[in-house]
Amino acid sequence: MMQADLTVILPEIVLAVYAMLALIGAVYSSRDDLAPALVWLTTAVMAGLAVWIATGTGGTRIAFGGMFIDDGFARFSKVAILVSAAVVLVMSQDYMSRRGILRFEYPILVALTSVGMMVMVSAGDLMSLYMGLELHSLALYVVAALRRDNVKSTEAGLKYFVLGALSSGLLLYGASLVYGYAGTTVFAGIVQTVSQDDLSLGLLFGLVFLISGIAFKVSAVPFHMWTPDVYEGSPTPVTAFFATAPKLAAMAMLARILYDAFGGISGDWGQVLALLSLLSMFLGAVAGIAQRDIKRLMAYSSIAHMGYALMGLAAGTEFGVQAMLIYMAIYITMNVGTFAFILMMERDGRPVTDIRALNLYARREPGKALAMLILLFSLAGVPPMLGFFGKFYVLRAAYEGGLIWLAVAGVIASVIGAFYYIRIVYYMYFGDEGEELDTRSSPALWGALMACAAAMILGIVNMFGVEAAAAAAAATLVN
Amino acid sequence: METVILFGPLVGAIICGFGYKLIGERAALWTATGLLFLACLLSWIVFFTFDGATQQIPVLRYIESGSLATEWAIRMDRLTAIMLIVVTTVSAFVHLYSFGYMDNDPQWKEGESYKPRFFAYLSLFTFAMLLLVTSDNLVQLFTGWEGVGVASYLLIGFYYRKPSANAAAIKAFVVNRIGDFGFALGIFALFFLVDSINLDVIFGQAPELADTRLTFLWGEWNAANLVAFLLFVGAMGKSAQLILHTWLPDAMEGPTPVSALIHAATMVTAGVFLVCRMSPLMEFAPQATAFITVIGAATAFFAATVGLVQTDIKRVIAYSTCSQLGYMFVAAGVGMYSAAMFHLFTHAFFKALLFLGAGSVIHAMHHEQEMTEYGGLRKKIPYTFWAMMIGTLAITGVGIPLTSIGFAGFLSKDAIIESAWAGGSGFGFWALVIAAGMTSFYSWRLIFLTFFGEPRGDRHAHDHAHESPMSMLIPLGVLSLGAVFSGMIWYGSFFGHADQVGRFYGIPVAEAAADAAVAHDEATGGEAAEQGHGAAAGGEAAAAGEHHAAFAGKPGEGALYFAPDNHVLDDAHAAPAWVKVSPFVAMILGLAIAVWFYLVNPALPARLAENQRPLYLFLKNKWYFDEIYDAVFVRPVIGLGRVFWKRGDGSAIDGFLNGVAMGVVPFFTRLAGKAQTGFIFTYAFWMVLGIVALVTWMSIGGGAQ
Repeated sequence: MMQADLTVILPEIVLAVYAMLALIGAVYSSRDDLAPALVWLTTAVMAGLAVWIATGTGGTRIAFGGMFIDDGFARFSKVAILVSAAVVLVMSQDYMSRRGILRFEYPILVALTSVGMMVMVSAGDLMSLYMGLELHSLALYVVAALRRDNVKSTEAGLKYFVLGALSSGLLLYGASLVYGYAGTTVFAGIVQTVSQDDLSLGLLFGLVFLISGIAFKVSAVPFHMWTPDVYEGSPTPVTAFFATAPKLAAMAMLARILYDAFGGISGDWGQVLALLSLLSMFLGAVAGIAQRDIKRLMAYSSIAHMGYALMGLAAGTEFGVQAMLIYMAIYITMNVGTFAFILMMERDGRPVTDIRALNLYARREPGKALAMLILLFSLAGVPPMLGFFGKFYVLRAAYEGGLIWLAVAGVIASVIGAFYYIRIVYYMYFGDEGEELDTRSSPALWGALMACAAAMILGIVNMFGVEAAAAAAAATLVN
Repeated sequence: METVILFGPLVGAIICGFGYKLIGERAALWTATGLLFLACLLSWIVFFTFDGATQQIPVLRYIESGSLATEWAIRMDRLTAIMLIVVTTVSAFVHLYSFGYMDNDPQWKEGESYKPRFFAYLSLFTFAMLLLVTSDNLVQLFTGWEGVGVASYLLIGFYYRKPSANAAAIKAFVVNRIGDFGFALGIFALFFLVDSINLDVIFGQAPELADTRLTFLWGEWNAANLVAFLLFVGAMGKSAQLILHTWLPDAMEGPTPVSALIHAATMVTAGVFLVCRMSPLMEFAPQATAFITVIGAATAFFAATVGLVQTDIKRVIAYSTCSQLGYMFVAAGVGMYSAAMFHLFTHAFFKALLFLGAGSVIHAMHHEQEMTEYGGLRKKIPYTFWAMMIGTLAITGVGIPLTSIGFAGFLSKDAIIESAWAGGSGFGFWALVIAAGMTSFYSWRLIFLTFFGEPRGDRHAHDHAHESPMSMLIPLGVLSLGAVFSGMIWYGSFFGHADQVGRFYGIPVAEAAADAAVAHDEATGGEAAEQGHGAAAGGEAAAAGEHHAAFAGKPGEGALYFAPDNHVLDDAHAAPAWVKVSPFVAMILGLAIAVWFYLVNPALPARLAENQRPLYLFLKNKWYFDEIYDAVFVRPVIGLGRVFWKRGDGSAIDGFLNGVAMGVVPFFTRLAGKAQTGFIFTYAFWMVLGIVALVTWMSIGGGAQ
């Protein structure tokens, strides 16, 4: 029995064991110059796991008495998490080693947080969910404060830690309420006690607290306040990581708990999500306008995009889940490309984050500027870039789910938000003369930028199969 | 061969318009002109070798969308053949003429290259016109229809530095839009009714349309009548019929060769062509054709009255065109499509001749167009004078009454007037006869004012008046031949015995059984041409209701369709002598008055204008149509547009958006910035506030028991 359970969770075990072995090895050798090699090794391990999971057996397998579920939805999320984490890791290397902050802990922490995320999306029980979430969060707290000598970085790490603890508390409080009223922590058990007909207030409270705790992770308004500060303060590669894999993991976990444990009352949590979605979209769009720092700007961009992803979930339909997964996949791709660009923004070897530094960037670097233009238009949701289709899917899900007002609001918010994306394009192409940025670029960053930009254009043909995969994943979750 | 005719001008337009910098201006002009002469030559070959049987020549796949599926094909029948020679002949000679006329145009500065553009537009127009006349389905026809509209717009506004030319171009375009709207509705209705836009299918179903009811706007209508009416609205716009005629006189702002080609010979006759083309439908739409007759006759009369008092040489001819188009519509309206086509055919020659002659006069007089500045030019420009004389003899209808010998206009116009009488349209008949008298008057007035009497106006211009170059005189000569002979040669084919007409158009003809008819046929020798104008015996036989031969085609068989009860051709031939002579008498009267007014007693017109001032002003101001339209349509629409622009767009939409974008959004942006204090306790506070709000909301509004 144990044997079978372990087979199901084997990818997580492999990654966890790898992380621990690497940690022991690195600590004993205590050589930071091993870090680059470790980055590549970690990348290889995660990429290998992604391939393994993607090509592995289909079907749904349940382990540890329902605490761990391995289904299509989990596999889709895990592959996306591992791939994006690996890519961000590769992108980090050049930036970090040139600034002397590439320590061996970084790849190991990323590997550990990835294990946490994999557990989160596979959780079938409130306890395994919390365990995955905490493993993931603890690693992230440390990563955010990776530059121990930098005030902003440590401030970011501390803020994230304190607020994260608060959100953990909310989540745990919700979990205990649910346990108290449902009598079980297994999702399969909870879903049997939760029904529209006799919904107890305690369960509803528990649900709201659970959602709030997770909303902190996806930085949905009003649980978003940490995002701009942490994005700004963390080293840029870490910010890139924050903006990608963890968002998908948290979003997938939210979908998992809502459908597996509270599938019967989608009308109730749909309202909560719709409200969070509305607030996130508008705050992300409106507050981003004031930002001059591109990392803060991307933080608000994240908030707004999470609003759209939540719109897909709020629809409460299978198509809504599919739309959310597609949206998140596109969102991650766009963010990887954009952060690859941001990582290349430097002057005299020092990183620059002010968007006004991009003045007339297109004259010196037409290729990179064009790639960034495509990504920014995609972020803004301009057709025919892929970002438009992501929005189109969630808007359609909302429309078909009866949330027409939310879809209309989403369109309005996207118009407002387009301003700050297009302003960057304006600076790049029509700005004033100013101090020039360096033209240096590393192959990894350049490749990531160009590949993501190309994907925004080429993906409109068939989204590289993501559409069908997301549909299959959504089908296994909602049934 | 037909494909070469159709695409030759397009190739010419492209080479000339885009390639003239590459191959040089002269080469470009000659390419366009050469290709048109080639098309012209081929068209005549097609015309003479054509056997009357309708054939479709596919060019390419065109539209496939649901049940709307059609090919782009050339529909080759007699109508097409006639239009091909009309269009390519006039166009080819107008191209040639433009070499001389457009040389050293004072509108352009030294060294500016404007001629390739002009020739390219001309060739483009020719292509669009050919597309129109060769089309096998209504959408293809509409494409050509709009294509000629565009070319017309470009050419009217060719002198784009002149504000009046631009205004005229826009006016022509806008007025035509109204007609085109009707046309488009007609096409939609046909597609709705028969689920196809192919002419063959439509013709085949025409009899059923006559029994179909269709709801449109406020009422239910007979489908055939409604569709025919809507299509005619399109024709009214393109052919400048009453109500939608106001653009044509203004279109004279374009260079004179344009007026000759587009606004006299070809484009404006597209409406007539359309009605003839749709004859299988028109035959089932008695109310619509009655309307066509009334509009045509009214236009013929109205335009002739206005033509009496105009002093701009081109405007006189423009109103004359408008009036002659009215004639054609009367013929089509009473069901004598062949006569309409006949007049279209001859009119193309003599009206193009008149316009080109007028262009030659204008050229000689240094672009002076007022006839009051002319006089006594007979000696200065003799060739032009004789060409204009021939044109005038043709348009006024000079010939020997009761025979088929005469200038082109004599035969075709009389054919129409007889058809109008035979078709039972008393109003049409009398309006046309009176209009014929007025036509004679204003045409001769033009000749007398221009070529006779004492030179008036600028002495310098008169001293330097000179005959035009050869490139302008050759077209005049060729068109003169057409103006003299085209009527006599083709009278039988267009308006002869039913046998001849049927053979010409490829319409099956059934021999009627009536013995009397056969006997009569033998008695008169069967020479239809003479019969038409000739013996009273024929009149009696036909009046007795006996026909020698009747058209027996089904709708869509042959180029035209005559319903079994359409006896207009025979009745027209059998018209009493006074009917046949009446237009000639009217012509003589008009000539006599013109001679009296402008040669014998030149002071009289001015006195008359003084005595009858209100009438004179009424005519001079074109029945105040422009003024009425300005007050009724233009000003209110401008006012409405201004309201929408200033209030709607400016204040409401811009105001709202700017207010939101520059006031509301930044306010919230500042607010969000203020909330982002950087202190953890603020952030935690917001999170707690959020959860409090959510819990409160869910416990009140949620689904909990």
